[in-house]
Amino acid sequence: MSILVIAEHDNSSLKADTLKAVAAAAAIGGDIDVLVAGSSCGAAAEEAAKINGIAKVIVADNAAYEHQLAENMGLLVADLGKGYGHILAPATTSGKNFMPRVAALLDVAQISDIIEVVAADTFKRPIYAGNAIATVKSSDAIKVLTVRVAAFDSVALDGSAAVEAIDNVTDAGISSFVGAELTKSERPELGAARVIISGGRGMQNGDNFKLLDGIADKLGAAIGASRAAVDAGFVPNDMQVGQTGKIVAPELYIAVGISGAIQHLAGMKDSKVIVAINKDPEAPIFQIADYGLVGDLFDVLPQLDASL
Amino acid sequence: MKVLVTVKRVIDYNVKVRVKADNTGVDLANTKMSINPFCEIAVEEAVRLKEKGTASEVVVVSIGSKACQEQIRTALALGADRGIQIETEENLDSLQVAKLLQKVVEEEQPNLVVMGKQAIDSDNNQTGQMLGALTGMAQGTFASELVIDGDKAKVTREIDGGLQTVELNLPAIVTTDLRLNEPRYASLPNIMKAKRKPLVVKAAADMGVNLTSNVEVLSVSEPAKRESGVMVESVEELVAKLKDEAKVIS
Repeated sequence: MSILVIAEHDNSSLKADTLKAVAAAAAIGGDIDVLVAGSSCGAAAEEAAKINGIAKVIVADNAAYEHQLAENMGLLVADLGKGYGHILAPATTSGKNFMPRVAALLDVAQISDIIEVVAADTFKRPIYAGNAIATVKSSDAIKVLTVRVAAFDSVALDGSAAVEAIDNVTDAGISSFVGAELTKSERPELGAARVIISGGRGMQNGDNFKLLDGIADKLGAAIGASRAAVDAGFVPNDMQVGQTGKIVAPELYIAVGISGAIQHLAGMKDSKVIVAINKDPEAPIFQIADYGLVGDLFDVLPQLDASL
Repeated sequence: MKVLVTVKRVIDYNVKVRVKADNTGVDLANTKMSINPFCEIAVEEAVRLKEKGTASEVVVVSIGSKACQEQIRTALALGADRGIQIETEENLDSLQVAKLLQKVVEEEQPNLVVMGKQAIDSDNNQTGQMLGALTGMAQGTFASELVIDGDKAKVTREIDGGLQTVELNLPAIVTTDLRLNEPRYASLPNIMKAKRKPLVVKAAADMGVNLTSNVEVLSVSEPAKRESGVMVESVEELVAKLKDEAKVIS
């Protein structure tokens, strides 16, 4: 049976999350089709056609899919997905939004956030905020899966697959897009960054996050935050790393003024190298850090900035 | 309008999770259980709608063994009007839960369903969306703001990269994110009053839903442990280690 992967994109470009989901599909094995559903999304589809190892790109280009509303995406993917053995999407806020609708319409279970493909019907996924790993086996005819992108390596963009347009229009007509406030940043996205520097409650206020800017610029890093910092209103929600925010696994993660609550650790403990900077030597973050530095972040950060 | 809220009984978020030695699951014996934090936010939002005069009745439903009546009572103490327990000893998957909730929706005909975006035990983040698909309702997931305006709901959603606002035809489903509100504490008089609020028990097996899941849990294991690292004394030493030992910066 072949595999359908739903692309994550913003109509003009493909998101790297898609390449991680295709990697999970490749681990399952079989022909892989990639669906790009959007509006005026030709550029994203062209980029998707370069994904290494896929059979074809299917493009559903219609105003109904412009903002990937879950109601419309659910109907489209469930309809298209009937002919496939597996349907995969990255476990981003977009994939998490429409994939369970797809599963319910197909009357099958969804397996969320897979971190490993054991066999075509068996997968590993974290539960209890990553404090336990479940190995689950599905006997459903169609496996609907979301993929934890931090757990898979991107496939290359060096192929040339065929692009096929479809004219299915599934507009449920029960929801509409009103607006979006997206954070504009020159820095890499949290999910794609090689280095992340995150601040916690210890930063004391939003202004102090500027202390991370110079370091982030020098390391090409994304800037994240703990839930405590977001809840306190220091920084916007899309910077949150944790069980309920972004789950990341960069090569280097620098936690500044973050105590290390379970919910934060769940979002970053698979990082390759973890550095913790905290004035409290008892902070739990030190138990999982490769390198710990006890000190006042207001002294340490300027020094670090100067020494890079 | 009538609001339906769902609550799940889960391990308290402060309790350290232990995997059973035989790898069949997580040890829940004698552990503190609570309302799933996201469900608590859902209850609070529904109660606030009632306090504003937008909602006329808040009905709370939970699916599980008799023990989950404790969480229904907590929701009643927070301000919900009546409870429904769908009784089952089975550990159901999201699809089966959504199908049972579909039956409750058919019977109760709520104008709005408010649910937690995910439960902190299974971390699935599925049930609200599945209920939406089964009932044909629109959904506003990961909500950080909810405004009811006539027969529409305007929902601000926390998405990767920022916030998105959608407008939904009612009836609709809203799933809560952390910043939607800060739940109140139940007062002692309200806890006492909650004991007298109506709570109906229905057997899941009698609801005409196939409760068999096609997903089998083969094992539950501990995640790989991280080797504990070293403490450095200075920024110079840290930068040197990152360059020469870890080789993650140049």
